[in-house]
Amino acid sequence: MSENPFSLWVYLSQSPLLWLTMTLVVYAGADAVSLATERHPLANPVLHSIWIVGLFLMLTGTSYPTYFAGAQFVHFLLGPATVALAVPLYENRKVVLAAILPMLVALVVGSIVAIVSVVVLAEAAGLPRTVVLSLAPKSVTAGVAMGIAESLGADPSLTAVSVILTGIIGAIIVTPLMNRAGITDFRARGFAAGLAAHGIGTARAFQVDAVAGVFSGIAMSLNALVTSLLVPLAITLLLR
Amino acid sequence: MIVSFSLILLCQLIGEVFVRGLRLPIPGPVIGLMLLLVLLFARDHFSLLARGPLGDGGVENASRGLLANLSLLFIPAGVGVVQKLDLLAERGIAIVVILAISVVLTLLATVATFLVVSRLMARASEKP
Repeated sequence: MSENPFSLWVYLSQSPLLWLTMTLVVYAGADAVSLATERHPLANPVLHSIWIVGLFLMLTGTSYPTYFAGAQFVHFLLGPATVALAVPLYENRKVVLAAILPMLVALVVGSIVAIVSVVVLAEAAGLPRTVVLSLAPKSVTAGVAMGIAESLGADPSLTAVSVILTGIIGAIIVTPLMNRAGITDFRARGFAAGLAAHGIGTARAFQVDAVAGVFSGIAMSLNALVTSLLVPLAITLLLR
Repeated sequence: MIVSFSLILLCQLIGEVFVRGLRLPIPGPVIGLMLLLVLLFARDHFSLLARGPLGDGGVENASRGLLANLSLLFIPAGVGVVQKLDLLAERGIAIVVILAISVVLTLLATVATFLVVSRLMARASEKP
């Protein structure tokens, strides 16, 4: 044992090891609970890992940049994971090719609804203009959304928060909503999840059904493209 | 394992170079995805490519491993919420309600459009 536990804490809290380990351990626990509840929507592992880690950071007075210095190794894998979507896409190529037209039309409609609904609602609620602009790209993956926010002169860190919140809300809502609506086509369910709730929706879709996961991944990738083109246009039409 | 992961990283790297070089508004990994997809299709036609990570199911296994834990990868960015607690305390409820309504509308609009178009297509292919 160290003679001075405080100096040990000072050392560990500044090293990437502690925060990387914590991220993995908390996730492993949250994922085990999710599995034990047969992937219940409310046992979403992203949601529960975030508040547990966040609470721990606040209780120990650790800054987010210090935490991120360790957790960035996990964060980095988002890029390779996007590339990896090529594999399920390839394996399900026949199903995907047969659904090209429904996907493209649903992509355009869904993307417009995602942007217009959030801008109109946020304006109606009287939120400040910077907040409205920061919420507009909320349905695309964080990296792309933050780039869009920057080009609009909005607040990219608020955009990142709204992207994560959107993803978690979508991942929780999608299964009960689709069951309630009586939709059994997992291509359509997955596509909607990826379009509305990007990667967190896609992670959820892969938990539910492999084909849903593939369509969700496609929707997420395509929506990143369409939204970066549509948001500036929608902002000009709706707010000026 | 390492070779397969290298192939995935290489696809991403080429994607990033391509996107930055041409200043396209597309994320680099999306181009990397397309590149890996092209490689997988090309392998079916040219046996020369069916070796290493593309030959023994290596890249398939590495990809499945990454995607099986996709949820984990969003935690570091998600914890960034702690930086915005003051704004969330002030306007959090309004923001969450707005996002939730927008998500429900987006999900329903997307799923309805997808189903309507695929039914129209099915009907069109039955007729002639």
